[in-house]
Amino acid sequence: MKHVVKIFSLLVAISGLWIGLLQASIISQSHTWLLPIYSIVSLGCYGLLMVGVGLMRFPTCPQEALLLQQDIAEAKDFLNQKGVDVGFA
Amino acid sequence: MEQKKEKNKYSVIVPTYNERLNIALIVYLIFKHLREVDFEIIVVDDGSPDGTQEVVKQLQKLYGEDRILLRPRPKKLGLGTAYVHGLKHASGNFVVIMDADLSHHPKYLPSFIKKQLETDASIVTGTRYVKGGGVHGWNLMRKLTSRGANVLAQTLLWPGVSDLTGSFRLYRKSVLEDVISSCVSKGYVFQMEMIVRASRKGYHIEEVPITFVDRVFGSSKLGGSEIVEYLKGLAYLLVTT
Repeated sequence: MKHVVKIFSLLVAISGLWIGLLQASIISQSHTWLLPIYSIVSLGCYGLLMVGVGLMRFPTCPQEALLLQQDIAEAKDFLNQKGVDVGFA
Repeated sequence: MEQKKEKNKYSVIVPTYNERLNIALIVYLIFKHLREVDFEIIVVDDGSPDGTQEVVKQLQKLYGEDRILLRPRPKKLGLGTAYVHGLKHASGNFVVIMDADLSHHPKYLPSFIKKQLETDASIVTGTRYVKGGGVHGWNLMRKLTSRGANVLAQTLLWPGVSDLTGSFRLYRKSVLEDVISSCVSKGYVFQMEMIVRASRKGYHIEEVPITFVDRVFGSSKLGGSEIVEYLKGLAYLLVTT
């Protein structure tokens, strides 16, 4: 099944549930009418929250840049010794 | 286990374009970190004018023509087809694809191989977004775009892997051949398409943490057109996978 179909089916199921709620009027109709808006807003909040959390906990590795410079120096030494000319100063 | 290890051969495919210095460094580092396994390096050079191929020929003299294979193409023909091209010449039963610009460090190769042996996975993909992984050299804007893109893709595609656009991966050769034949995207959407299609096909995918140091020599850019391409790629994957 194509993924878009999966997402579409999920949306249809949720809409079905919502219409059911409207019919059954377990909670007052005026609240039920607003539910789709609430869900869109909370989906947006979820997205923003995930981006925010991801940004705050973004893993960085400054020490890796230093290690890489060491490795590059080592590689250059070796290649120079072996006479591989790659044109570095 | 030991015997199984003896039989495996790893083909490392490195596409290059104007990577004269980097290709020499990366070859040295691969040989330094992969001492105990059988491997070959396949350099797919897209007709670099800077003499990348001359450097590779010197490296072949140093390390042996059976260890470093130069399989050039006449001009820039894109990343996806570079892998297809390299794959044709690969003699290993496993294939590693990595960038030549040193943002992917060969020191992680043993952990890819170890993970594959432990789990018998078909694909081991490097991820920057877990403990032990990380990125260096990105500004806030770049990080924000990356996180936003990731949340969007995770929410819409449910891919089952944490780093979709990373391109440091180990594949079982037959799996790579299967997946690559159904991929049509260009650029780094290609990396995302590969892993999403593999995941949909039900292949066993494992992750290992890697660090990513944004390219030391030269620069990488991420502009508005890349973001548009990414969104198009996302929509394309939604309707085709």
